[in-house]
Amino acid sequence: MRNSFVARNPSVLIFLAILALFTLAITVLSEGVGLGLVSTSFVKTLGKTLCLALIAVAMDLVWGYAGILSLGHFAFFGLGGYMIGMWLMYERTRQIVVDSLANAPIPPTPQEISDAIGSQIFGVVGGSDFPVIWSFAHSLTIQLILVVAVPGLLALVFGWLAFRSRVTGVYLSILTQAMTLALSLYLFQNDSGLRGNNGLSGLQNLPHLDDVPQSIVSIWFFWASALALALGYLLAAWVVSGKFGSVIRGIRDNEARVRFLGYSVEAYKLALFTLTAMIAGIAGALYYPQAGIINPAEIAPIASIYLAAWVAIGGRGRLYGAVIGAGFVSLVSSWFTGGQAPDVHLGFYTIRWVDWWTILLGLSFVAVTLFAPKGIGGLVDLWTDRRAPDRHGADLGPDMGSLREREAER
Amino acid sequence: MSALLEVSGVSVSFDGFKAINNLSFEIGAAEMRAIIGPNGAGKTTFMDIVTGKTKPDTGRVLWGEFGRSLLAMSEAQIAREGIGRKFQKPTVFEDQSVQENLLMALKKDRGPFAVLFWRPSSADLDRVAALAREIGLADHLGRKSGKLSHGQKQWLEIGMLLAQEPRLLLVDEPAVGMTPAEREHTTAILVEAAKTRAVVVVEHDMEFIRRLDCRVTVLHEGSVLAEGSLERVTANQQVIDVYLGR
Ligand SMILES: Nc1ncnc2c1ncn2[C@@H]1O[C@H](COP(=O)(O)OP(=O)(O)O)[C@@H](O)[C@H]1O
Ligand SMILES: [Mg+2]
Repeated sequence: MRNSFVARNPSVLIFLAILALFTLAITVLSEGVGLGLVSTSFVKTLGKTLCLALIAVAMDLVWGYAGILSLGHFAFFGLGGYMIGMWLMYERTRQIVVDSLANAPIPPTPQEISDAIGSQIFGVVGGSDFPVIWSFAHSLTIQLILVVAVPGLLALVFGWLAFRSRVTGVYLSILTQAMTLALSLYLFQNDSGLRGNNGLSGLQNLPHLDDVPQSIVSIWFFWASALALALGYLLAAWVVSGKFGSVIRGIRDNEARVRFLGYSVEAYKLALFTLTAMIAGIAGALYYPQAGIINPAEIAPIASIYLAAWVAIGGRGRLYGAVIGAGFVSLVSSWFTGGQAPDVHLGFYTIRWVDWWTILLGLSFVAVTLFAPKGIGGLVDLWTDRRAPDRHGADLGPDMGSLREREAER
Repeated sequence: MSALLEVSGVSVSFDGFKAINNLSFEIGAAEMRAIIGPNGAGKTTFMDIVTGKTKPDTGRVLWGEFGRSLLAMSEAQIAREGIGRKFQKPTVFEDQSVQENLLMALKKDRGPFAVLFWRPSSADLDRVAALAREIGLADHLGRKSGKLSHGQKQWLEIGMLLAQEPRLLLVDEPAVGMTPAEREHTTAILVEAAKTRAVVVVEHDMEFIRRLDCRVTVLHEGSVLAEGSLERVTANQQVIDVYLGR
């Protein structure tokens, strides 16, 4: 079975090989463990990009394969980041507090330590007590479980309500946007328990590892991100390779027909929505320690829309397309917005890419949708000669049969 | 013999228009039945009601030995109960191969987790190959079904219906777009299926109905106008007026 899975999906092997080579190359060139040709900050950028590629794979599963245009998956990504961020921030603050109180004449009580940590963390929002949601922040194991459990549970409840009422298409997209917006607005409040608009910060500093320089930590996270992407990609490829993949693609193309075959469409959507939310949570948990900070702005509705744009530009319905889209767009984006792109002087007006990049991205999205629906990934078809009749599920009607037949054969 | 499906006193209206009007219908466990009637008589809507796509305003739809109501079930549950349907327009999954279409239809556990871990055994693949032979698509197993001709898609859909091994087959206008030879083959498949299960065929082609050699129900304006052998029905003056007379 293993052999045949790889044999039937040669692209998986090619993808993993390219990813491994890329990881090796960056490691060799890195500042931390290699030749020093690639700076630590760029290693972090690449590591973050791998995490974005992972959430793009999740998005492709849910949108490209099952046709559910979720515009809320960055909420799950952000929640994963918050869950790991809570432990990082708690543990590191505790370490600092314990160290500073160690020299006090009277040994501090546990209550004093807890209060000190609380006022360190929540001072910015005018508090010092630990909110209930921080109950497990002391335990790495529990917070790691929450990285998948919290996004998974939210997706399960939201999906159950939405799919059960047979909300589909644009209405579902709007509903997912509403969910994202509500979550982000909630987190912006100071009494949300997650430090309001300050978010969680200092996440790049790993507790108890002060001696390890960031150049090394960045490589660790880079490796972890590459591994997560590899495993996530394998899982996604496996999920879509068998009958489950057939059913979800069937749901995308004609969900009523799938029902008449006896498949409970709602259960499939719910399972996939929840699974991809958990993958998004893991991606977020690896992303934010590399970014160093997470705040509610990260969960803003626009982030999830960008995600859809990446997948569309990369080519949906094929997993490597999602990876290409996320990698390409986010790297180009950081080039434009990082001020590296030269301004264009038109005499009467100067195009500053920091301002104009979003418009360029929007135009590319429109252009891809209209002129190249297969996205960048479609270029691969040029040499694999994979030609699909993409007729949007329209049937070859009886009257125009011969004409449509030719169209389908094209 | 008790009925496999019993529809009684069913009515449904769309925006005040009564598409089905106090309709009653029964079919036994191994029986072939043809439904004829002019366009708009409610034949497709009748199938929509039985398969759960349309909920009737009044009436009962009872199923099986224990007379369970189908009205409270979802489309998927009804399909799992053993009611398979072929649509008037062939609807297959065009982006997927003939084999994938048939594998999806094969009678197996339909739950997401069972399906996730399910991989076809060689027996399953043999079954699919045998079905493909039966519907004349043996050489097209790996082809995307979107590339098939209209007639071939009709066949594929019939194959998917057989793969489901339903206890009741609802077949809506199967002969459209088929050559005379293909029509004969379709008749043979349906007659064979009706030996072990119930088959309801909607068709316009009288020649096709004649070959099925079964009881005929004539629908008109949403209710049963006449029922009986084809000879008796076609001799009925009312039937001649509304349908055959045109
Ligand atoms: N979903 C619907 N909404 C409104 N009218 C409908 C709907 N479905 C069917 N009808 C009407 O009900 C009548 C019966 O249609 P149908 O069952 O398709 O007839 P046929 O016997 O030709 O298959 C037609 O007049 C049709 O226009
Ligand atoms: Mg009809």
